[in-house]
Amino acid sequence: MKESIHHQVILRVVAKILLPYILLFALYVQFHGDFSPGGGFQAGVIFAAGIILYTLIFGIEQAYRAIDPRIFEVLLALGVCLYAGVGVWALVSGGNFLDYSVLAHDPVHGQHLGILLIELGVGLTVTAVMVSIFFAFVSRGGR
Amino acid sequence: MLSPGLYNYWIVVVLMMAGFYTLISRGNLVKKLIGLNIFQVSVFMLYISMGKVQGGVAPILIGEMPAHGHAATHAAHDIDSSHDLHHDVHAKESPPRHPNESEGVLSDVLPQIDASPSLSPAAVQLAELQKTGDATIVYSNPLPHVLILTAIVVGVATTALGLALVVRINEQYGTIEEDEIHVMDPEQP
Amino acid sequence: MRGRCLIGLVDILLITLLAATALVIIAVRDLFAAVMLAGIFSLISAGLFTVMDAVDVAFTEAAVGAGISTVLMLGTLMLTTSRERRGTARIQILPLIVVTLTGAALIYGTLDMPIYGDPQAPVHHHVAPEYIADSPHEVGVPNIVTAVLASYRGYDTLGETTVVFIAGTGVLLLLKRPRREAGAEPTKNTSGDQNQTASG
Repeated sequence: MKESIHHQVILRVVAKILLPYILLFALYVQFHGDFSPGGGFQAGVIFAAGIILYTLIFGIEQAYRAIDPRIFEVLLALGVCLYAGVGVWALVSGGNFLDYSVLAHDPVHGQHLGILLIELGVGLTVTAVMVSIFFAFVSRGGR
Repeated sequence: MLSPGLYNYWIVVVLMMAGFYTLISRGNLVKKLIGLNIFQVSVFMLYISMGKVQGGVAPILIGEMPAHGHAATHAAHDIDSSHDLHHDVHAKESPPRHPNESEGVLSDVLPQIDASPSLSPAAVQLAELQKTGDATIVYSNPLPHVLILTAIVVGVATTALGLALVVRINEQYGTIEEDEIHVMDPEQP
Repeated sequence: MRGRCLIGLVDILLITLLAATALVIIAVRDLFAAVMLAGIFSLISAGLFTVMDAVDVAFTEAAVGAGISTVLMLGTLMLTTSRERRGTARIQILPLIVVTLTGAALIYGTLDMPIYGDPQAPVHHHVAPEYIADSPHEVGVPNIVTAVLASYRGYDTLGETTVVFIAGTGVLLLLKRPRREAGAEPTKNTSGDQNQTASG
């Protein structure tokens, strides 16, 4: 199956063309989530879908060469830590846990900053979890 | 007017029972997980159905969209006539809303939500105004959306955990049929 | 008014289609077909969420249900088997009775619910109006769902993110094998055979 999919020229070319746009769209969804539908959860899933598409078409070895899978194991924890870290930051700034209003001079600015950061944390965790799960399943299969 | 009435809830029950039936009657572990997914989606559907408000729009505040001017009512156009003459014209054209909808407090009158932190005093005033229930745009309830949005992602993560268990069970027992596993299990009487 | 009538029709059609898909998923024996139908099921429900104004939810469901979830299920089928064993009856009496009774009780319960889209429903009169009224000047984010998700219910979302993290860690613990000893496991015989039938 692996060989046959590797000879699918159309799949490879189309995937190569689509991939940058999928990843770019994920970033758009991530950082434009305040204004339109979207946010960390969706962006993380879309980003992971891009990487999964790459792995499906080009094979796991190529994917491992492109991105070290250990990065995702770090990001997995980093996202949650970023989220909780924003909460602690608010705590030491004199507010309540996860009360972003104290993060900047203007409460609304603080809210914007807090939302941006925690959405980033969510996005990192979700991306890393989805990709790691997929890699775990793939690594289980016979090579 | 064609409205689903309680039909949505009935289908939700059908879906829920379909998932439940798959879960208890099928021995195949993957099939069980698919049934669990159907059950899960039925719960999502129940929540989102409850959050819908008749004639409402998605809970994203509308800035300079033309649809906004169309939905403005008299209460709004008194205050924001300085903003935009469109509002006045459309407000007079638009028929009076359904009496029920003006009761729904899920509404917003803000003429200009640019994401700028400092809203104009008029905008704040309008935000105050709508608390009294004088409605223009009706928004659907955002709360169920928030709950379900996170539940979907958590759901796929836990489904993946279940699938991982299935894979391990298959490696250990060589089957994913529940009764065959029971037969093989020496602990079982 | 006509637009609203049309939306009601779309809602009814889609949700009927959803129920039909679910029933077919139960009936099919081929797990590959069932997984594909589950993807279609998710896509239809995403459309339905859009009709019910839950654009964020629809977005997530489309990306997760039709994308990631299908891929993971297919991966599982590749590692196990793609046929459900014949032998069990397609319709089993006892589960059917249980399901019918439970369903009847639940449908009896729905008769007391407010009708679909009723602005008077209790669910619209608790905190949701405050979110809609206050989030523009308290949070200043046009997307109310994001405002509630990230700010008002930040604790909740932190918990959900942690659950996702823990589930991911669990999968890694269960499945990930160190790359060095990959391919040296004797248990791979059975899965290897079925692997070929699955891909064939």
